[in-house]
Amino acid sequence: MSLHATTSQTVGPYLHIGMTWLIIDKLAPRKVAGERISIAGRVIDGDGKPVTDALLEIWQADARGNYGKPGFRGFGRVATDAKGAFKFTTIKPGRVAGPGGQLQAPHIAVNIFMRGLLKQLVTRIYFADDPANAEDKVLELVPAQRRATLIARQVGKRGALQWDVILQGRDETVFFDC
Amino acid sequence: MAGLGSYRRPLPGTQPDYLFAPYASTLKRAPTRPLVMLPQTLTELTGPVFGRDEVKPGDADLTRQHKGEPIGERIIVSGRVLDENARPVPHTLVEIWQANSAGRYPHRTDQHDAPADPNFTGCGRVLTDNNGGYRFVSIKPGAYPWRNHPNAWRPAHIHFSLFGPAFVTRLVTQMYFPGDPLLPYDPMFNCVPDEGARQRLISAFDLDTTIPEIALGYRFNIILRGPGETPMERKS
Ligand SMILES: [Fe+3]
Repeated sequence: MSLHATTSQTVGPYLHIGMTWLIIDKLAPRKVAGERISIAGRVIDGDGKPVTDALLEIWQADARGNYGKPGFRGFGRVATDAKGAFKFTTIKPGRVAGPGGQLQAPHIAVNIFMRGLLKQLVTRIYFADDPANAEDKVLELVPAQRRATLIARQVGKRGALQWDVILQGRDETVFFDC
Repeated sequence: MAGLGSYRRPLPGTQPDYLFAPYASTLKRAPTRPLVMLPQTLTELTGPVFGRDEVKPGDADLTRQHKGEPIGERIIVSGRVLDENARPVPHTLVEIWQANSAGRYPHRTDQHDAPADPNFTGCGRVLTDNNGGYRFVSIKPGAYPWRNHPNAWRPAHIHFSLFGPAFVTRLVTQMYFPGDPLLPYDPMFNCVPDEGARQRLISAFDLDTTIPEIALGYRFNIILRGPGETPMERKS
């Protein structure tokens, strides 16, 4: 028997009613091992205006590269504020298996929801200056001049990273089809 | 990924494109550059698990979240969450949200001039059972106007959010009601060309799940992306 996946529909403008009961912006309680990081950014639309009604979901491995091990679920959910800004704290993920069994560079998977998106946007966050980026098979699929849109960069103190989501235009974030 | 398989691609016409001009908000939010095809790696083939500590039994009854009873027609919305191979998706989180019976959301940006209902928030959640079954008690949401185009009204609908077993099975959708005269005019409902796919967004009235003297029953099954066929299945 074969069925077809239900058609995706937008979260619409009132997503907060159903989804913000579960906000997880601190993914790693203190006892979780790993390098502490914070990732902050803004979501910007095609007019250059902040998107104030977006929701980002985060999925990541623990510091040893394992998904969903007890003690670290690896799931986060944050909404943008009146300035289109979001922020979460976590630990830098370890390397996980990738295409062909080769390890991927550390990365965080992101699903983005908002009014005006009939289905979620899928993207990834990589880390600046990580030598593993050079051999990452997914980054290799991204045109070189666009790779920077996937990379969080240090701003200010150690571990404080910035990564913006630009929905349209010259600096448009790379979105994936998986 | 060795040993993990991968999830099926959508049947053409059954999932929306990002840019859909009749839905005006897509114009400044849809990607304009080509998407990059992403192989399904361990990252995409795993996903978060939710448990009883987060979802309480009462969270599935939207009519008992306040002191009084909400105004409106009581409904039971139930169904099953299955994958594309018709296998149940057990213990997965289902979140819903909806307008009140007058078509109003308790949200700072909702300007619709319709009565608020102090006894209705319109938010619920549940974990599916062993057979992928779920059940909510609620009130029938009202239609509401939006400014997408002149005289634009959303048909009555309930927003659904589901996780499934993997990052790639994440699905947000909307459930509609049978016989709603607004459906032919709604850009969201009509965002895909496949007629069958649209019809599957419409719940079915179900006398069997109706509670006599209490509430009308509607059935809505949700299909999440499923693992692709194994080589053995393909041969047969
Ligand atoms: Fe709605």
